[in-house]
Amino acid sequence: MPYYRSHVLVCADPECISRGALALEDALQDELVAQGLIDEVQVLETSRLGGCSSGPEIMVYPEGVHYSGLTEDDIPFLVEEHFLKGRIVERFRVPVKSDADEELGPPKPKEVRVVLRNCGKIDPENIEDYIAEDGYMALAKVLTEMTPEQVIDEVTRSGLRGRGGAGFPAGRKWQLCRQVPDFPKFLICNADEGDPGAFMNRRVLEGDPHSVIEGMIIAAYAIGASQGYIYCRAEYPVAVRTLRIAIQQARRLGLLGENILNSGFSFDLEVRMGAGAFVCGEETALIASIEGRRGEPRPRPPFPAVKGVWSKPTNNNNVETYANVPQIILKGADWFASMGTEKSKGTKTFAVAGDVNNTGLIEVPLGITLREIIYEVGGGIKDNKGFKAVQIGGPMGGCLTAEHLDAQVDYESLTSLGAMMGSGGLVVMDEDTCMVDIARYFMDFTQDESCGKCTPCRVGTRRLLDILLRICGGEGRDGDIELLETLCEEIRQTSLCGLGQGAPNPVISTLQHFRHEYEAHIYEKRCPAKVCRALIQYRISKDICTGCTVCARNCPANAISGERRSPHTIDPSLCVRCGICAQVCNFNAIEIVSEGIRAAVN
Amino acid sequence: MQVKTVDLQTSQAVSAAIEKHGASREALIPILSEVNRLLGYIPAEAFTEIKRQLRLQSSDLRVYESQLYSLASFYHMLSTEELGRHVVRFCESAPCHVVGGRELLTAVQETLGIQPGQTTPDRKWSLITTSCLGVCAVGPVLLVDDDIYGNVTPDQVPEILARYE
Repeated sequence: MPYYRSHVLVCADPECISRGALALEDALQDELVAQGLIDEVQVLETSRLGGCSSGPEIMVYPEGVHYSGLTEDDIPFLVEEHFLKGRIVERFRVPVKSDADEELGPPKPKEVRVVLRNCGKIDPENIEDYIAEDGYMALAKVLTEMTPEQVIDEVTRSGLRGRGGAGFPAGRKWQLCRQVPDFPKFLICNADEGDPGAFMNRRVLEGDPHSVIEGMIIAAYAIGASQGYIYCRAEYPVAVRTLRIAIQQARRLGLLGENILNSGFSFDLEVRMGAGAFVCGEETALIASIEGRRGEPRPRPPFPAVKGVWSKPTNNNNVETYANVPQIILKGADWFASMGTEKSKGTKTFAVAGDVNNTGLIEVPLGITLREIIYEVGGGIKDNKGFKAVQIGGPMGGCLTAEHLDAQVDYESLTSLGAMMGSGGLVVMDEDTCMVDIARYFMDFTQDESCGKCTPCRVGTRRLLDILLRICGGEGRDGDIELLETLCEEIRQTSLCGLGQGAPNPVISTLQHFRHEYEAHIYEKRCPAKVCRALIQYRISKDICTGCTVCARNCPANAISGERRSPHTIDPSLCVRCGICAQVCNFNAIEIVSEGIRAAVN
Repeated sequence: MQVKTVDLQTSQAVSAAIEKHGASREALIPILSEVNRLLGYIPAEAFTEIKRQLRLQSSDLRVYESQLYSLASFYHMLSTEELGRHVVRFCESAPCHVVGGRELLTAVQETLGIQPGQTTPDRKWSLITTSCLGVCAVGPVLLVDDDIYGNVTPDQVPEILARYE
């Protein structure tokens, strides 16, 4: 049997053939014969090497080199260089299309990819790729073998809880909507992923839109809905585009529209775009937005399951909730329930951002500990700094500290610790983070996004923000902490919707775990983490400074003075704390200090 | 009675928007978004024009300028003020903030010479802070027109901005 030391795969897709692939292949064979290499190098035809619009494409193994755009005239040179001299010809080389993309990468230890299983592996703009991965098999099973009640039963038994943050059992929600005797019924997918730091839904919508669509069709069948909307935020234009293409392709194959798969069940889907309002992630505000109104929430009851879009029964679930459904149907409720903890079944995607080495998306079984997420999956804190806190649940979540690192991540545990699962955004903060600044930061966000309808939120968050700004600005007063606590409790109890009810959470949880930082800011006018501009100073070390004048020349406020070759000084009354001097100093002579007032006020 | 004539560009933008999304109440936000996209913002006379053209299409569809304005002023992606030729959107959310967002914003402000919410006197640049764009793994993030830049450091700012005419 001939032993080949090298294989050359020539892409013979129609596009490549139209660009001369076969002639190239012949030229290659001829040259290999002429060079006496034909017994060592085998030429094969293949398909889908990718990038066929710039073809012909060839792939050479064992090196795994992808060459593109060759002509017959290039062949002698290629054969001589690559096969005789063993040198890769860089100018024809293109990067190999990798299997997993940069954002996701291959699964990290402890990851179990259920919702993310296809992302980066299939072409989201090709429904056949999805079908090849058992796509729409669940729908076929549902429409031909199961009644709506059986579908609801299966989903209920699986223990799937809403992945948008509240964790309400999905099966029960569907049942509630199903039993309302009113038609038509609607289905909504909440794709308004507005939590800063959360981009899991984006990835699924961009990488595997059909998993969501299939889940929605199954849900619609279960509750008896005839029309669905995917409400996607406008900041995700790629996701919107991918969804629209996917819906079109599904319609063309008869998977959406009238009489799906000849079952008698009809359902159609539409994408609705948001317009930049975080509050529209709240379901009643979302419904208002679909109806063409301001995204202002309304009181519940009545819940959307009873009166939703245009006052008709509506089921609303998160992207990730729907994306789990096809696999629950195919693999069974028991399979899903085998992962996770007793009350929190299945897996959850998380977006890890902040001061960790591996930021990005992960999907892990519920019940994993924070320590495992941050250190094993997240690769630990960047620059080997100390871990300070992790914010979970977005701007309405809370922060957890080092003492909670071994807490299990599931719905109940997090709530009992004063945090919230939320949609899955995790922001990790290292020792150089000021927690008062973080509270101010989140409050700034929620204040801006408050819809303004109810006084506790509209006015309350403004007052909270004002107090926090004063504290960070060095004007904190005795009594501020108590005032914050009282306000937080009032706002939480009396706000109309989840935004207002949750807005005080970052303040409450940072006060709970980092009260000493607040006290330092207020009573000592000191920022322990050296972040708050009004409380820090940039100082040049006299021992290290060489007087090179680089900092003085770069200071935008002309705050640095000194003779050449003599240590320089910064005038704190002129300094704007921009940090440029510390950046340009070649000797690391400039440090940030926060000493506060020496006489502590009690 | 004084009759105000509306700009042809505005009128065409409104027609195109209504044509694309249909004349219905639920299409109001998409219509406003489309006008915003075509004109760069929603000029005041567009509200009147939308009301007028919708009424022509469907006589019982009564929409008023105040309702349209209440929508335009609610949603962040809709602007009632004319923006510069190029818009720099800076993500001000926590994940970008903790990885150096503050220094980056300072650098952008210094380079452009304006604060968030302002437009440069030559009307070339507008600077807006935006909410999370969902690319947090590559923070801090800048969005210039439709181009996303990730892992941006302050010293890269002049070079990035120089790419735009």
